[in-house]
Amino acid sequence: MGRYLLRRLLQLVPVFIGTTFLIYWLVWAVPGDPFAGKCGERRCPDQYIAFMTEKYHLDQNVFVQYGNYMKNLLQGDFGQTFQQREISDIILTAYPNTLKLALVALAIEAIIGLGAGVLSGLRRNGFLDNLVLVSTLFLIALPVFVVGFVLQWLLGVQWGIIKPTVSSEMRWSELIVPGFVLGSASVAYIARVARTSIAENRRADYVRTAIAKGLPMRRVVGVHLLRNSLIPVVTLLGTDLGALMGGAIVTEGIFGINGIGRQVFRAIITKESATVVGIVVVLVLVYLVMNLLVDLLYAALDPRIRYE
Amino acid sequence: MSDILVSEQSAPGPGGSGRPSGRLLEVEDLRVEFRTRDGVAKVINGVTYHVDAGETLAVLGESGSGKSVTAQTIMGILDTPPGFVTGGQVRFHGKDMLRMADEERRRIRGEGIAMIFQDALSALNPVFTVGFQIAEQFRVRRGMGRAEAKKRAIDMLDQVKIPNAKGRFNNYPHQFSGGMRQRAMIAMSLALDPEVLIADEPTTALDVTVQAQIMDLLAELQRERQMGMILITHDLGVVADVADRIAVMYAGRIVEEANVYDLYAKPAHPYTLGLIDSIPRMDEKGQQLRTIKGLPPNLMNIPPGCPFNPRCPMAQPVCREKVPPLLQVGPARASACHFAEELVNRV
Repeated sequence: MGRYLLRRLLQLVPVFIGTTFLIYWLVWAVPGDPFAGKCGERRCPDQYIAFMTEKYHLDQNVFVQYGNYMKNLLQGDFGQTFQQREISDIILTAYPNTLKLALVALAIEAIIGLGAGVLSGLRRNGFLDNLVLVSTLFLIALPVFVVGFVLQWLLGVQWGIIKPTVSSEMRWSELIVPGFVLGSASVAYIARVARTSIAENRRADYVRTAIAKGLPMRRVVGVHLLRNSLIPVVTLLGTDLGALMGGAIVTEGIFGINGIGRQVFRAIITKESATVVGIVVVLVLVYLVMNLLVDLLYAALDPRIRYE
Repeated sequence: MSDILVSEQSAPGPGGSGRPSGRLLEVEDLRVEFRTRDGVAKVINGVTYHVDAGETLAVLGESGSGKSVTAQTIMGILDTPPGFVTGGQVRFHGKDMLRMADEERRRIRGEGIAMIFQDALSALNPVFTVGFQIAEQFRVRRGMGRAEAKKRAIDMLDQVKIPNAKGRFNNYPHQFSGGMRQRAMIAMSLALDPEVLIADEPTTALDVTVQAQIMDLLAELQRERQMGMILITHDLGVVADVADRIAVMYAGRIVEEANVYDLYAKPAHPYTLGLIDSIPRMDEKGQQLRTIKGLPPNLMNIPPGCPFNPRCPMAQPVCREKVPPLLQVGPARASACHFAEELVNRV
């Protein structure tokens, strides 16, 4: 197990370098002058251009640029925006908000998605099962911004149940609706995967054994069936946290949440390449760590998986 | 019909239904059908048998003869849908389990009637330790604490002769060998000291050498605990050593019932005769293996008359018209063949 963990951690290094290099390269390869329009109505003075070019190593090839960037990054220095603001500040203020939103979305996915999936999987072709199938199809088919705007308008504006936007304090209760919007498609996928998994394992021999042992139905389902059916669901949930944080751009925009989605959107528009790279690098890290966690969770859920 | 089958030790059971007969477990005129998209398969067509404390009834038959489905119906683990019980009774201590409340029936499972399955690898839950799955019975059904349940579970593993039971407690099913897994399965099913044990082809998935060990173990435990045992098998060799009585099933019916000696010496049904003839014999080396010609009937379309008639070497016109009832053909034996008397009386 220890050696497995070490090997997996070492594997993260080339993946991290590869992905971050691609991001760095692509972001800086966006056509257009990054300093155009930075100095108001006038053209920027040559001194400024020269200073900025020097500072961001823009006169060197992309490998040298990337090498310099990584050298600073490994020392915890994310660099500065073109306005000389520390990028790490932006990340530190925006990330907790997005993480909070993503965790709410994840919790909603786990509770609603898993709950609906288990119930419909146990009674296949029943009323609830059909309801779940139709409603999840609906959620999958609807783009996030439609779900977001409709719920904001309906719950926030028409019925006044929630505030249409989230306040800067980011209270958990305020995040329920945005969390649902962010996780809406994933809720549907989780429900469907859980449903299939439960329905498949429902007929498994070991479930029949558990019934033949005279265990109460609660225990047969809650212990014997659920533990086996959870394996694919956990994979989906684990990898989804990374996707949720990256996918928060639209949701954060609709509900006015100051998260990384909003920051990355703004940075792309203003060609703040260093900011974009910094934020995305952290996203990549979250992704990689979550994947590792999921793989380790597998072993906890299924003892047949052995690491050596 | 149940009073036709009289075993030596007990008085004739009452023909009516529901009245206590003193029998431990009896199945009477059980009917089960599978409703599938392609049609209705009549899987069990009036099965009647019983088992008393301390005796072993072997239920013999080919795949699809309904022997396992009967057992699943007794245990209440029939997959519904597609399986539906359409008639008959399953009485435990005289009480019809098919009409019991779910909760009452659940309590009989494991404590009154327990079952072991063919493939212990898939029948044991892969994500829990063997010890957990045995101790679970003591904890959930007996309300014992963790430590005591563990002690009792280790004791059960000892009883089924698993070496180093204490060290094996925390192993997962996949870490056991095939024979050990089946032993663990037996330990789990006997944890609550059931009165009846149903063993559904307990040795089919095992090596020949291990098969004998498991059968010996089962026979020993059955004697020690004076359980009633229903041994489901398609292996005539397994049956001879351990069974007191044998019920032969074909197309969802009992076609012959007799004690082991009578059945082997003088089968009273052509199907049983065919089964015994098809056992490979050591003294006839080089001979072609004998088989029963043809295939078991399609259960969605069972031929009229005797279901065995298309394959029967003795078939006469009457066999295609009348279903032969299961009738007594001697002391404590019965056959469902129009020519049972002739078979028994031949020299």
